[in-house]
Amino acid sequence: MRFSVNGTNHDLDIDVRTSLLDLLREQLHLTGTKKGCNQGACGACTVLVDGERINSCLALAVQYQEREIVTIEGVGTADQLAELQAAFIEHDGFQCGYCTPGQICSAIGMAAEARRGVPSIVTVNLCAEDVRLDHDELRERMSGNLCRCGAHNGIIAAVREVFVEETV
Amino acid sequence: MLSFEYARAESAAGAIDLARRGVEPRYLGGGTNLVDLMRENIERPRTVIDVTGLSRTIDVRADGSLLIGAAARNTALAEHRTVREKYPLLARAILAGASAQIRNMATVGGNLLQRTRCYYFYDDASRCNKREPGAGCDALEGFNRIHAILGASPNCVATHPSDMCVALAALDAIIHVAGPDGTRTIPFGEFHLLPGDQPQIETALRPAELITAVELPAAAASPRSTYRKARDRASYAFALVSVAAALEVRDGQVASVRIALGGVAHKPWRATIAETRLRGAPATEEAFRAAAEAELADARPLRDNGFKIELAKRTISAVLEELAR
Repeated sequence: MRFSVNGTNHDLDIDVRTSLLDLLREQLHLTGTKKGCNQGACGACTVLVDGERINSCLALAVQYQEREIVTIEGVGTADQLAELQAAFIEHDGFQCGYCTPGQICSAIGMAAEARRGVPSIVTVNLCAEDVRLDHDELRERMSGNLCRCGAHNGIIAAVREVFVEETV
Repeated sequence: MLSFEYARAESAAGAIDLARRGVEPRYLGGGTNLVDLMRENIERPRTVIDVTGLSRTIDVRADGSLLIGAAARNTALAEHRTVREKYPLLARAILAGASAQIRNMATVGGNLLQRTRCYYFYDDASRCNKREPGAGCDALEGFNRIHAILGASPNCVATHPSDMCVALAALDAIIHVAGPDGTRTIPFGEFHLLPGDQPQIETALRPAELITAVELPAAAASPRSTYRKARDRASYAFALVSVAAALEVRDGQVASVRIALGGVAHKPWRATIAETRLRGAPATEEAFRAAAEAELADARPLRDNGFKIELAKRTISAVLEELAR
């Protein structure tokens, strides 16, 4: 089976029961993606597939062959932080850091959804062409990622700084 | 999780053939419910047939109806221009469900086939007639705040968790299925079943039958419609009570109305009693409240969920008042 992760192809022979999360962490040793609840409730395992955010813990890896998978390791490196990673540091968007890779991947997927006009449950005008990412919109759209340290305000500030100017 | 044979279907006929030949087969969409239940050893398929490669197109047909391929992702349906304009209750219901990540994974067909469930269903130290038919139900005398107030049986008091399906119930959606004996359609109201004495059987699907599409009739277009969900936190929680409703008022009278409830029963609950009372009635707060009272007249509370009866009445009234403005 062939998997494309962060631009690199990997040919692997895996048990069909393997989740995408376990494939990333245990087979490819990409341990930036975290296992929190392992049942789709916390978002710590969020990765991007073809640019869309998903929970890798609920994903059977066999379903994601030949797709473009991006993890936090593909977003930035310690030497070259992505703009959003720097903003998380600037705005104290974390304490322990466990949820952070998922938060960052989720925010990247969220911004792409907003750019193509996907509404949310708090969007007043469903038919509006453009999404205005105000505070309530950001809170709602990032609600699939829990932070048990309670850094949500810093997370929203970081996401706002990087993504909101371009979409408002 | 038990091991299983995995196969990716290239066509509906191929999927059905795999299901006929496979041992304990299940069709797999995004996996957001099935994979979780397999990990808990509640679902134990030995053959898993991936149907995410089948039709995901969303077509506006010549007669004005909308045909949604069963493999369409929840997000794709919610963001579709026609859904947002003509079926806003459906767009809002989908967007009220789960999280963005899960909506990106979950398919329309899979949403219909997610299990009706409660926490006793997940807990193998508890008795559950769904997990083990005939075992008994520990929710009946247990902590049952989230459980059903309508249509329950002594065998099961779980509620159907889908938001999308509440809107589909209100819209008289038609389920297109294909199986070993050919294709057929099932009216949405007949698709999900009340628990009765066989709560482990949740839908009208026959063995190996596959959902291929969901149709929204042109006559169900409801630009004046919405979805409201009452839950324990502002986002990412199941409904305690939800209401999908569409309302047209002419000359102060109710010209047409559609109402369905979530969080109250084993299946999405079409509020036909309230609808019947409202057709032709004055579009007033009193009439809305009276219709809600009538719909909930047969509601039966358990120890912890009595609040849902009044919550359902108030939410129905509030949503209709909002739509009448």
